[in-house]
This record gives sequence, C-alpha cells and structure tokens, in this order.
Amino acid sequence: MENYQWLPITPHDSPPLRFYGCFMPTTKQLLSSAEVARFTAHGFLRLDGVVPGELNEEALGAFAAGGLPAVPYGTPVPAAFPEGSLTRRLLELPSLAGALDSLVGPDPAVDHHFVHTRLPHEGSAQPLHADALIDVRADAFDVQLMYYPQEVTASMGGTLVVPGSHLRRTNESDTGRYQNLRGQTRLTCPAGTVLLLHHGIWHGGRRNDSDTVRHMYKIRFNPTVPQVRLWDTRDVDSPAVREELRRTFPWYEQATARLEIHNRILLWRSLTADPGFDIDHWATRITNRPAAHAAPRSTA
Amino acid sequence: MTTTRQQVLVLYLDTSALDSKVVGWARYDGTGSARPTTGDSDEPPYETGVGALEDGWRLFQASPLVPPYPGAEHATSFLKHEFFFEKLVPR
Repeated sequence: MENYQWLPITPHDSPPLRFYGCFMPTTKQLLSSAEVARFTAHGFLRLDGVVPGELNEEALGAFAAGGLPAVPYGTPVPAAFPEGSLTRRLLELPSLAGALDSLVGPDPAVDHHFVHTRLPHEGSAQPLHADALIDVRADAFDVQLMYYPQEVTASMGGTLVVPGSHLRRTNESDTGRYQNLRGQTRLTCPAGTVLLLHHGIWHGGRRNDSDTVRHMYKIRFNPTVPQVRLWDTRDVDSPAVREELRRTFPWYEQATARLEIHNRILLWRSLTADPGFDIDHWATRITNRPAAHAAPRSTA
Repeated sequence: MTTTRQQVLVLYLDTSALDSKVVGWARYDGTGSARPTTGDSDEPPYETGVGALEDGWRLFQASPLVPPYPGAEHATSFLKHEFFFEKLVPR
C-alpha cells in the first residue's frame, strides 16, 4: 500500500528544499500540470521544509506570544499583510507564491487566518470535518494554507487529512463519526512544511500526546480570478496528468471510487477549459445521447 | 451485583456485503476504560465485517441501500456501508 504520509510535492522545475540557506530563487515557481492534477485528486499538496529556519523561529515566537491580529474577511493580501510582515514574507517565498498562484490565482483575497494551537496532553482530538459550510461550487474553490513552523512528530498530534475527500458533499463536522479511514494521513513533518488544501478536504487536529505545544498557522484564500490554466501548462497533455487523476484511495468504497474519478474529470474540465477531457471514457459514456442531437425524422 | 456496559464498534465496508473489506472504523467504550478518538490508528481492527462477528461482536444495525437522489446520482457524500456492532461486557 502506498504510504500517503510521505508524498512530498516539490515545485515544478526547481531543485527544491536544499537550496535554502545557500541560495534562494526569487521568481515564483509555478506548479506543473501533473502537480495540479495531483491536487485535484488528493485535495491537497504537501511542500516539505520549504520555509527557511529563521522564518520558522520567528513564527514560533509570534505564535507563542499570542498569535497574529485578525484580518477583515475578504481583504486583499497586500492590505492584510503589510510589506515585511511575517505572513507577507511567508507568502513571498517563491515556492509558496508559485503554488498559490497556480491554484487560487494572483491577488487572492484573505478569507481569514488563525494560529491553531494544540496543548500538550490536552486529551481530545477535533472531530473529522471540512471547514466553513458545505460548498459545492463546480468552477471555483478556496485554498487553505497550513504552515507548521516546527517539526511535528507522531505523538504531537499532527493534522489528520483524508486524501481524496474534498469533493464529498458533507457539511462541516457531520463526518465526526469517522474516527479512522484507510490511507488517512496523520501528519508528521519537518519544520517549515506547508500544506495547501482544497476547501472541502476532511481534516482535524489530532490529540497532542506529547509534552510539546504544537502550532499550525492557517490562512484561507478566496480566488478573485477564474481558476483556469493558472499553472505551468506545458505538460498538460502528459500521461502523468491522467495517472494522477485516476488515482484511488484505500478508504474509497469500490463503487464510489468510480464516482470520485468522474467528479475529478468534471473539475479538471473546469480547470483546463477543456469540455472534452475524459479518462477511460467515464464521463463521455454516460452523456452520449444521440437522440438528443439527431434531426427529427419525417413520419410521412 | 454484576452490571454490563456496551462497547460499540462501527465499521465502514467496501460494499454492502458484510464480508467485504473494512475501509473505515470507529470505537466507543461504555466501560470508560478507553477513549478512542479521531485519527488514533492506521490499521483497522478487522479485515472484514465478518471478522468482527468471528471475534464475538454482535451486529445490531446496517445501512439500508438507498437509491441516489434524482439529479444527484454522481454526487459523493458519506460512506455508504456502515455497520454497528456491540459487545456487552461486565463492569
């Protein structure tokens, strides 16, 4: 079985993480089509250790001191986070800037942000949930950034994420009955790791059984442009795109897994403005209605 | 006097068949001796629903088979094949 815990996504065309500390690229690193397809299938991307150590240290200090001031809903990024601020510098890291541009587009609005803190031995986990309200937009999605400024070990209760759950139509914590699902990701990660998640992903903060306070900083972004071909599309016809989109996950029921792929096809059609895109004929087969397009027959 | 308490096991299965594989699970313990919670294990307690029966769990509820709502045949939502089991244990 594939270990979903360790599927780090690295920026397209860029030797990643080891560059920090000796060289920092300054241009945005857009995602590839295969990476956006992976986001479309998984509902999230994971960028391991992309935030440099000094920024992690600064963030930990700020989070321990009480977090960050609230931002009015819908504030543009430059107004929400002034030049030079901790969050602005985080968002300007080329790998993060490129990934966000690729998914939510340029100039997104900040929906809200918050520092989530799990205290040592606090005794409870969050119920499995999706944030906000049930959200079934077919041609737009919000992106949530989760930033972990410290190493997260198994006992620290890293975020539980259920790959491929983002297109399920459920409302907030109505999924709280599901304690564990095959293939779930119980996050452990190096310091400076960031997840970028579709708004519908099922997740929850796990119980912190360690002696260490754990912080996670979340920012939700609303798109302000159509989310169509925002990434580096040079590989859009690559077989890797279809490989990502036809991926199933161990918790999917046999029959529902087919519906998941069908629904990803529809999302990919929207993301690429390609109404004819299909995988294994799933969507084409069930919309083939010759009678609907045929000229009426004469009865004479 | 011996009293009993209920332990509940919820299994989510691959198909509507009780002998299909477990894809999700939850536990609740009325004895108070354990506090299972979200994200506390990666491996299911049994491979199939029948595996729970073989270990002494009693099935007391199964999801009905509900036709899709017209117009929403392709929508995905909750897991469909949910089975509730119990054990009554002395406390």
